[in-house]
Amino acid sequence: MNTVLILGATSEVALALADQLAAKSINLILAARQVEKLNPVKADLTIRFGVTVAVVEFDAANTNSHAEFYQQLNPKPDAAICVFGFLGDHDKAKVDWDECATILTANYVGAVSVLNVIANDFENRKTGVIAGISSVAGERGRQSNYFYGSAKAGFTAYLSGLRNRLVKSSVHVVTVKPGFIKTKMIAGINTPGLLTAKPEQVASSIIKAMVAKRNVIYVLPTWRWIMLVIRCIPEFVFKKLSL
Amino acid sequence: MASDFITNWNNYPREKSKVSSPVFAQDFDTALAKNSTFIVRGNGRCYGDASLSASIVSSLKFNRILNFDEVQGIITCQSGLLLSDVLELTMPRGWFLPVTPGTRFITVGGAVASDVHGKNHHKDGSFSQHVIALKILTPTGSVISCSANENSEYFWFTCGGMGLTGVILEVTFRLKKIETGFIKQVQIKAGGLDEVLDLFEQYSHYTYSVAWIDCLKTGSHFGRSILMLGEHAAVPELNRTPLHPKKSITLSVPFNFPSFVLNGLSVRAFNAVYYGKNYKREMHSITSYEKFFYPLDAILHWNRIYGSRGFVQYQFVIPKHVGKAGIRDILTRISAKGWGSFLAVLKLFGTQQGPISFNMEGYTLALDIPINSKLFSFLDELDLMVKEYGGRIYLTKDARMKAEIFHSTYPNASSFSTFLNKIDPDKKIVSSLSTRLEIK
Repeated sequence: MNTVLILGATSEVALALADQLAAKSINLILAARQVEKLNPVKADLTIRFGVTVAVVEFDAANTNSHAEFYQQLNPKPDAAICVFGFLGDHDKAKVDWDECATILTANYVGAVSVLNVIANDFENRKTGVIAGISSVAGERGRQSNYFYGSAKAGFTAYLSGLRNRLVKSSVHVVTVKPGFIKTKMIAGINTPGLLTAKPEQVASSIIKAMVAKRNVIYVLPTWRWIMLVIRCIPEFVFKKLSL
Repeated sequence: MASDFITNWNNYPREKSKVSSPVFAQDFDTALAKNSTFIVRGNGRCYGDASLSASIVSSLKFNRILNFDEVQGIITCQSGLLLSDVLELTMPRGWFLPVTPGTRFITVGGAVASDVHGKNHHKDGSFSQHVIALKILTPTGSVISCSANENSEYFWFTCGGMGLTGVILEVTFRLKKIETGFIKQVQIKAGGLDEVLDLFEQYSHYTYSVAWIDCLKTGSHFGRSILMLGEHAAVPELNRTPLHPKKSITLSVPFNFPSFVLNGLSVRAFNAVYYGKNYKREMHSITSYEKFFYPLDAILHWNRIYGSRGFVQYQFVIPKHVGKAGIRDILTRISAKGWGSFLAVLKLFGTQQGPISFNMEGYTLALDIPINSKLFSFLDELDLMVKEYGGRIYLTKDARMKAEIFHSTYPNASSFSTFLNKIDPDKKIVSSLSTRLEIK
C-alpha cells in the first residue's frame, strides 16, 4: 500500500487509521464532509512522518458526486477504507422517514455508490485492497436498531459479493465487524469493557487484515463467538427477546 | 455521558466527573454550549484539584502539531500535545524544550496554564517566557489570539492562570538549540542547609541547577543535600551518537502500596543510600537528558508508592532576602514531624514574569507527604509561616490551601479575579480549585 484513501476521515477510527498508516510512511487521501476539520491532521502527519496527505471534500449521501470525487484524485489510491457510518436515532427513524433514509444512505447506499466507482478502477488496474467497516449489528435484526442493522447487513452482503467478483482481478476486499468502539458514537451508552475496542485497536486490526488479506474480521475475537450464538437462536425464541 | 471518579497524580482529591474528549477545535464550542460549567484537563499530572470539576473536557485527543519551523526552532501545536511528543519530534532535529518540569508527561496547554518552571528558572524563566502566541476560546465563545504584545492582559492572565481564562487551543513557542541529547552533570554534596544555599549562589552561572535535600536529618547534618548542576553537552564532549540517547528502561509500580510501606524508617534508609551513593564531594559525569530531567518518568505510576489515600506535594517559595531563615524555619518544622518524603527538592528561582505565576526570586522547596489525619492542620500552620516570610504556595501542587492564604500571598489575586469575572460573567469555566480558593 502506497496511498490509502480513507472515506469518512473525521471519525475517531479513521483518525487512528490515518495516524498508524502515516507512521508506516503511507501517503493518505482523507475524505470527509467537514473537510476543514482535517487541516490540523494533515499538518500533523506531514510534519511528524513526512508523508503526503491530501484532504478532499466528500459527502457519502451525495451519490451523484461520487464519480467526480474519485475522478479528481491524483494519484489514485491503491487501497480504500470505507469508515463512514451513522447510528442515527432509531426511535425517531420509526416515525420520521428523513432520519430513516439518512441511516440507510449513510450506512449502505452511500457506501455502495462510492465503492462501485473504486472497485471498477481497482478491477481495471488489477490491484488494490478495499476495506469496509460493517457491523455486528448487521448479523441479525434487533428491535432496538434494525434500521442501522439492516443497512449494515446489506453492506456486509455487498462486500461479500464484491470480494467474490474481484478476487480474479487480484483485488482484495476485507469486511470489518468491530463490535462496540469507544467513540463519540456510543458516548452515553455504558458498554461492557471486554467487548469494547479502542479506536486505535480497531485501526490496527484493519491494517493487519488488509496486509494479510483476511476476508472477514471481528476486532475483538469474543464477538465471533457471541455472534455465532446469536445467529443460532431459533427465530421463534429470538423474536421474544429484548436485545 | 458516563461519569467516572477522576483524580490527579497525587490521588487526592477524587471527584465524580463527566468527561468528554474533543478531537476537533469545533468540539470545544459544543462543550462550551452544552456544559453549564467545566474545566479543561490535560494529562492529570497536577497534584490537586486544579483540573477537577463536575464536567471535565479532556484535551488529550486534541494533540496535533500544526507547524514546526526547523530553522528557527518554533513550534505551533494544539494544547493537548504532550511534551514527550514534542521531544520525540524535535530532539532528533536538534531542538529541546526551552523549559521543562520534572516530567515530560504533561500537555503543552498544561505547561502554559501552570506556567511551569524547570531547573533553569534562574537563567531562562518559566515556560511563558518562551511562548510566542496563544489561541484561546474565551468563555463567551469567541476565539482570540494573544501574546505579550497582542491582548497582553489576556496572555499574562492565561500563563499561570490555571485554565480559568478559557480553553487554550493552540500554543506557539520557541525551542532551545542543542547539539546533543546528553547533559554534562556535576553533583556536589553539601553537609547542611546553609552550605547548599550558598552553593546555589556560587554556581548560578550553570544553566540547570536543583538540589535534593534530606528532610528528615536533624542535628549537625540538618539539610544535607546534593546539588545537581547541568549543561547541554556539545558534540566534541561525547564519543557517541549525539542526539539519540539509548532508550532507558522503564519500570512500573503495578498497584497502590499499602500505607505502612512508606514510613520514617524506610524513607530514612532511602535517603541514607541516596546521599551515600555520592562517595566523593564532587562528581562529574555525562548523562542522557532523560536521566537528568526526568528520573521519575522511568518509574511509571510512581505515585502508587504513596498508597490509595494519596499524598500531597507541598511546594512553596520564599523571597530570596529572607530565604535562608525561611527555609531553615519551615524545614525544621517538617523534619520534626518526620512524615517522610523520598523526594524533597530545593531550587533557587530567578525573577517572576507573569502577574499570576507562582515563581518569584527566591528559594522554592517541594516535598511529597503521604496523607494522614493530622496533615492538613499541620500544613495550615506551614502556610502561615510561608505567608509571614512573604512567600506563596504553587497552585499546581495544591489540594488544600485556604482561600484566605491564596488571596493574601498572590499580589495580583484580586485583579486576576476581577479579570476573570469580566471575561467569564456566566462563570462557565470553573474548577474545584477556583471554587475552593474563591477565585471565581
